[in-house]
Amino acid sequence: MSYSMHLLVCGGTGCQASESAKLLENLREQIKANGMEDQVQALVTGCFGFCEKGPIVKVYPDNVFYVQVTPEDAKEIVEEHVVKGRRVERLLYEEPTLEVKLAEHKQMPFYKKQYRIALRNCGFIDPENIEEYIASDGYMALGKVLTEMKPMDVVNEMKKSGLRGRGGGGFPTGMKWEFATKYDSDVKYIVCNADEGDPGAFMDRSILEGDPHSVLEAMAIAGYAIGANHGFIYIRAEYPLAIARLKIAMDQAMEYGLLGENILGTGFGFTIELKYGAGAFVCGEETALIHSIEGERGEPTTKPPFPAESGIWGKPTVVNNVETLANIPIIITKGADWFSSIGSEKSKGTKVFALAGKINNVGLVEVPMGTTLREIIFEIGGGIKNGKKFKAVQTGGPSGGCITEENLDIPIDYESLTAIGSMMGSGGMIVLDEDDCMVNIAKFYLEFTVEESCGKCTPCRIGNKRLHEILTKITEGKGTPEDLVNLNELGKIIKDTSLCGLGQTAPNPVLSTLKYFRDEYEAHVNEGKCIAGVCQAMLQYTILEEKCIGCTACAKVCPVNCIAGEPKGVHVIDQSRCIKCGACYDRCKFDAIIKK
Amino acid sequence: MSKIKSLDELKKIRESAEKSFNLRATSEDDDRVVLRVGMATCGIASGARETMNTLINELSKENITNVSVTQTGCMGYCEEEPIVEVIFPDKPSVVYAHVDEARAKEIVQKHLKEGILLENAIMNKSFDRVKE
Repeated sequence: MSYSMHLLVCGGTGCQASESAKLLENLREQIKANGMEDQVQALVTGCFGFCEKGPIVKVYPDNVFYVQVTPEDAKEIVEEHVVKGRRVERLLYEEPTLEVKLAEHKQMPFYKKQYRIALRNCGFIDPENIEEYIASDGYMALGKVLTEMKPMDVVNEMKKSGLRGRGGGGFPTGMKWEFATKYDSDVKYIVCNADEGDPGAFMDRSILEGDPHSVLEAMAIAGYAIGANHGFIYIRAEYPLAIARLKIAMDQAMEYGLLGENILGTGFGFTIELKYGAGAFVCGEETALIHSIEGERGEPTTKPPFPAESGIWGKPTVVNNVETLANIPIIITKGADWFSSIGSEKSKGTKVFALAGKINNVGLVEVPMGTTLREIIFEIGGGIKNGKKFKAVQTGGPSGGCITEENLDIPIDYESLTAIGSMMGSGGMIVLDEDDCMVNIAKFYLEFTVEESCGKCTPCRIGNKRLHEILTKITEGKGTPEDLVNLNELGKIIKDTSLCGLGQTAPNPVLSTLKYFRDEYEAHVNEGKCIAGVCQAMLQYTILEEKCIGCTACAKVCPVNCIAGEPKGVHVIDQSRCIKCGACYDRCKFDAIIKK
Repeated sequence: MSKIKSLDELKKIRESAEKSFNLRATSEDDDRVVLRVGMATCGIASGARETMNTLINELSKENITNVSVTQTGCMGYCEEEPIVEVIFPDKPSVVYAHVDEARAKEIVQKHLKEGILLENAIMNKSFDRVKE
């Protein structure tokens, strides 16, 4: 049976939250009602990345890309597009600057500069059907490795490709594998690190939901390369959909004999087990992750020994991140030379970024290394929401730093981001605009790391807590110039003396904002002013006499009744009782209330 | 499903799975040929659905993979239906009228495989379209 039309419905977590599962069901019902179930197939697929406009429905072979589709739209899509061949214009994406409707995703600025390698199958295949993965060359890399290459050839191919860890550190994957080959052991392990902990990053989840087999295949390849026959996927228990899809994929791969014993008759065997993390940020650090798998507390230990020498239960272990693994099968099939031709001098291939914050196109984007932040934020991301002014972009999550306007044109890779005081991290990108207070942002990230610190080493446990206290003091308007000196000094000491990556990078948001937005810190401590108007203690709401018409709306909405005034007369806020909730400011229709 | 025992067996599964998958892969290809079938009420009434299925089956029988069969709305020549438009990249499109199953097969065999136009079936009427 061959279908003449495929309707692909996004089944990622984001779109499912907007009822894409119901939409798929309705589409199937409508197709059946029109008697076309033999000709038209509706199926689920992985994340298209354009989460801002989800749920997405893609129609093949017409290549039409529908956005923000609701379950109620199913009838119109089937009756108009499927039956009569007429596009449903109102569901097409409208390019906001040009105000034209675009039917194909290739025309959209969001996709134009993207190059999808790790996300190659997301939004293209049904993740719950192994045959779709096989049809798109799935498991061919494993086949090639097992039949044509020696383990050392695989390691060398990885080294040649220049692939580096996508979880944050950027350590060359081939070298990591090579270390593990150097230790003789009857048992070795491959671990997939799916403990995606950075707030705002969701590329690993999307890959596991949209293309789970690519990760399984890569783990088997890694196993063959270093001589391991067993792997663990350490995944957050908060990712139920990714877990469900992984389980389906693992069962199918076992059934097809692509995992298990004697794969493809080559004598090589590889099995995979799921381990659930409880969501501790520190368990993304590889030694902590290993202890967690062993059933111990998720706390890091000093390196060396590196996991490649002594990992799970003292055996040589390689820990690779999800996105890193997703790159591997295609590097094997297309070759290291192809991969190393993409990207910048020291960072090869692409990187997936999760765009969030004050940006128009929230979503997942994959671009070649060396793309500039300006391209990502203003071209792909569609610029800042509501026409506000760009202030900074926070990359690398709680371990990263802020990047300002002046550095937007730097081609990004591992080195360039570190050079400007931030880091690649797992690829979270939070865009900040003029309404964000940088001191408050630094405090927010530190709050996260203080909470997530495991407490094992003193600099991280106590030092970060002190940093947080100083920041709180500043945002409450009680800061002194001396506090800025202390922030800087303490931050550097914590970086130098912490045990693991969490503590070593935790002060980054503070140090980078202190460097690039010193004026904001100084305004806080010297003038008692928050320029962005965020820190409540320094805010004052006042009513402009000349604008107030005396509508009484502000007085009615004030929760503490501190606004006085006669109807049609000018109102006044009693500053001594004002709790600075901002309710009056939001309510006033005449812009008569200002905050500063 | 019995276990796959060799790389050759895996390749065989890929080949059979690819058939249905080509629909998507071809659509993303910039060099694809598009066959557009007029699928408005008039087209469907004169058998456009059968025409479309014949085109699809014939293509799959001939193992032609770089062709997408899509549908479109009314082209305005209802008496000439079913209408099929053949669009090669960088070439003017050719519109055929009264495409029944036999003619559909002929389009695949002659026009697509050998590059020979079906002179007697080409619709010579033309029109200008409002440019977007």
